[in-house]
Amino acid sequence: MATEETIIKVDNLSAGYGQGEVIKNVAFSILQGDYVGLAGPNGAGKSTLVKVLLGLVPPSTGTISLFGTPISKFKDWGLIGYLPQKTNTFNPLFPASVREVISLGLLSKKSFPKSLDRSDMNLVDEIMARLGITDLAGNTMSELSGGQQQKVFLARALVAKPRLLVLDEPSTALDPQSRASFYDMVKSLNDNERITVIMITHDTGNIGEHALKLMYMDVELVFFGTFDEFCRSDRMNEYFGGYYQHIICHRHR
Amino acid sequence: MLAFLNLSFVQRAFVAGSFIAALCAVLGLFLVLRRMSMIGDGLSHVSFGAIALGLLFGVYPYYAAVPIVILASFMILAITEKAKLFGDAAIGIVSAVGISMGVVLASISGGFNVDLMSYLFGNILTISRMELIISIALSILVFVVVFIFYYDLFSSTFDPEYANTTGISTDLVNRILAVLTSIVVVLSVKMVGVMLVSALLILPAVTSLTLVKGFRSAMIVSVALAVASVVLGITASYFLDLPSGATIVLFNAAFFGLAILEKGLTYKK
Repeated sequence: MATEETIIKVDNLSAGYGQGEVIKNVAFSILQGDYVGLAGPNGAGKSTLVKVLLGLVPPSTGTISLFGTPISKFKDWGLIGYLPQKTNTFNPLFPASVREVISLGLLSKKSFPKSLDRSDMNLVDEIMARLGITDLAGNTMSELSGGQQQKVFLARALVAKPRLLVLDEPSTALDPQSRASFYDMVKSLNDNERITVIMITHDTGNIGEHALKLMYMDVELVFFGTFDEFCRSDRMNEYFGGYYQHIICHRHR
Repeated sequence: MLAFLNLSFVQRAFVAGSFIAALCAVLGLFLVLRRMSMIGDGLSHVSFGAIALGLLFGVYPYYAAVPIVILASFMILAITEKAKLFGDAAIGIVSAVGISMGVVLASISGGFNVDLMSYLFGNILTISRMELIISIALSILVFVVVFIFYYDLFSSTFDPEYANTTGISTDLVNRILAVLTSIVVVLSVKMVGVMLVSALLILPAVTSLTLVKGFRSAMIVSVALAVASVVLGITASYFLDLPSGATIVLFNAAFFGLAILEKGLTYKK
């Protein structure tokens, strides 16, 4: 079997926002085709870790390479699709149509001066058709339900055909039915197109059903490995007192 | 009745006014959507101080005002970012310093003279040929920069964090927007005066946001309403002998009122 390409390699990473470190001494590698569930309590540094990987927060120590390139020299942001946490993103009064919003995902592939042409808008139409949201094209974001908005943002994250998809608590605004169909969609992208996925989630009950690996953060990296490894780990059983491990492993098996 | 269109000062007013109003409409849309509507008010107060400084030292007011107002806009950004104050508080601080500076300088130079007063309320009908050329040149410059950075401005206004992940530097975009707004504010002071500049930035933008969907459509409607207000305002002020700046703003306000009415009626249907 061919060795999978390393998509992200992190060594000795620490980062924070001025007063103290929110993540400490984190090291891991993510390979092409991985589907990693990133879990941990509030304030564990999950969102900060993702922001550091996206270049939004500078690391205080350590190294990161994305697709084999040190992050300081990485320019090919079109390889990474990002779906932010719904609650702290976008201006709801903004009059942009769904089509305009999705097209913003293509800017990562454009150099200065950025512009979009007809072939770009064809890509937008294509991704809308794939996600079944063509009928929303002319609506503004404030006219959509939480589930529809999430699909639009997923389309924006996917329109540039990324190889890595980073999702920050994507199920927060969704009802159980929309949540299930959203998870299925992400799973099929991972299965069929080999898109590498990192998903921050508090939905630990469901994460084991979809993700291949679990990354558990609590300022430091507590666990990173497959679900089988997690479920068989006595150390994790000891760490979580058995309960948390059981919740994840129960749904995984 | 149309004979007044042959008057050169009226022609100058129409041309300069339309350019400036269109610029305000475009930039105003970005500012309103970024919840920075009042930056126009703050910077116009600074321009009052800067113009007073220019008049005191015999420097052409535009030359004194543009760099000082750009500097003030950077200070607003710095206070917001570094001192972690809310944008409106930062605007309030810079605005108060600007107007205080103007009053003190006016007092030093022997009180408010006619020139300085004319900048308080503006008068587009007195715009000189030189001012017309400067207005057109700066307007074209601002339009070109907006055109080049259109998608950067659009994306960073809609969702700044996401824009950063696509390789757009929102810090740079914020600075560009601050410079453009400063230039437009200084140009607008001649048209409507220090007191009413923010109206030119806010009213066409909010009217278009009330009326249409789609960012590009909102921009087009905003520009159309702003230019229409200038044409109607200057015409009305000429024939009815009204102050031109205030009349232009009142036409903008009337459009906004009609838009709200139209939206209310649409809701009821």
